[in-house]
Amino acid sequence: MLDLQKIRADFPILTQKVNGKPLVYFDNGATAQKPQVVLDAITKYYSEINANIHRGVHTLSQWATDAYEESRGKIQKHLNAKHAHEIIFTAGTTHGINAVANGFAALLQPGDEILVSAMEHHSNIVPWQMLCERTGAVLKVIPMNEKGELIRSEYEVLLSEKTKIVTVNHISNALGTINPVDYIIQKAHEVGAAVLIDGAQATPHLKPDVQALDCDFYVFSGHKVCGPTGTGILYGKEAWLNKLPPYQGGGEMIATVSFEKTTYADLPHKFEAGTPNIAGGIVLGTAIDYLNEIGFEAIAAYEHELLAYATQKLEQIEGLRIIGTAEHKTSVISFNVGNIHPYDIGTIVDKLGIAVRTGHHCAQPVMDFFGVPGTVRASFAFYNTKEEIDIFVEALQKAVMMLS
Amino acid sequence: MTIHDIQEEIVDEFSMFDDWMQRYEYIIELGKSLPLIEEQFKTDENIIKGCQSKVWVHAEEKQGKIWFTADSDAILTKGIIAILIRAFSGQEAKAILEANTDFIDAIGLKEHLSPTRANGLVSMIKQIKMYALAFETKNQ
Repeated sequence: MLDLQKIRADFPILTQKVNGKPLVYFDNGATAQKPQVVLDAITKYYSEINANIHRGVHTLSQWATDAYEESRGKIQKHLNAKHAHEIIFTAGTTHGINAVANGFAALLQPGDEILVSAMEHHSNIVPWQMLCERTGAVLKVIPMNEKGELIRSEYEVLLSEKTKIVTVNHISNALGTINPVDYIIQKAHEVGAAVLIDGAQATPHLKPDVQALDCDFYVFSGHKVCGPTGTGILYGKEAWLNKLPPYQGGGEMIATVSFEKTTYADLPHKFEAGTPNIAGGIVLGTAIDYLNEIGFEAIAAYEHELLAYATQKLEQIEGLRIIGTAEHKTSVISFNVGNIHPYDIGTIVDKLGIAVRTGHHCAQPVMDFFGVPGTVRASFAFYNTKEEIDIFVEALQKAVMMLS
Repeated sequence: MTIHDIQEEIVDEFSMFDDWMQRYEYIIELGKSLPLIEEQFKTDENIIKGCQSKVWVHAEEKQGKIWFTADSDAILTKGIIAILIRAFSGQEAKAILEANTDFIDAIGLKEHLSPTRANGLVSMIKQIKMYALAFETKNQ
């Protein structure tokens, strides 16, 4: 059981008023709010430790390096990665995907195939399309059904020895579907394809075990797990990270440089060119600690309760259609009401203090599949409450009345 | 009436409302009464893509004045379009080019015309001015 009162007190932003109303923040799929420990850790870093890492011999630099590497260790433990050097700090999920896609350019031949799913975020489509343009590889799409679940039989038909990488999200941002990634990974490995899992939407809700999953790459964003923006993680199996060429050149990622030849540094530094977001990387570890203290099992159980409660309440609204009704779903509800444009609903409920996402959620192919211009998306976090859902439903009814 | 006079008139109308809900209800009403763009002009060519709502705008010149028709798939956007069209349609190109949209601020809808707002309205105003510029250039 979560101590909601205590948890809510950890998040200063939740006591804010917006448009004169108490803030109801249901846009957690876009970014999560930050607890006080995270805010304090940022201040502490800049007021006590700030120095460049992996370079200086002076004490501050050593402190900063230690803190940064300690955070890497925390994330290794969190993901159950075999080695700390399999954890690469990035600027976010998009950065991680681009780093891998770019690396694969050296490994692909014309006619090779890349599999993405029909429910990907643009960030897990566009880098691969760009890769296809560069290499002559072909992008194939794993279709989904009306509930927003991937169709297993179709996936198995698409897999062949031509498939070089399968890249899917763990949880869909637009639909909330939890994908059967263990199955996807296993099947892909049977044909010798690598697998990248986009964990941007999953990591706020569950604790992935990359060794148990046996995925080759796992990427996520710091800001969605209560950490700072501009942070993220690329996990890659050691063998894969050694195989891929570096993404960016610069300081820190080199072993020796001369004008004739540069040799690259070992992992993880090979993929960490330039001065990184040091504070961000350190504080990401603080955020992960915070979530682990609450416990992911408790978080998932409570969020599931919120999902069930909100689904049942929303279904009572006439003309409301939930987009994404997968059997395994996280606390995301995408919906439309009659023919009302999601933008109109979002605008009115915002006036009533409620933050929801509206639009195509950077997943236009998903919207096209369901034949809608966009949806309203309410996404819940462990610090949300049933009372907030009541406030939201009431506001939504008001909006629908005004707009119909 | 000049654009300025019409804008004053709109500001007057909105000053009757006490709260945002009444203002928004009025905007929705205006949206519903917007003279619709003819289907033949609702082409991809005439579409202004905001991030979220689509906006179509069409312009014609008659007797030295420019007449606009428009539509949007979002009703609030449509309502604000109706207000903009009331201010700009039937005016001369030169007047349209010189006019500003500060009155939107005065009626409490500033946030809808913010360049970061994903509703297509900012692009629509640009388009209105582009039409005015095009007609003015053509007639010179």
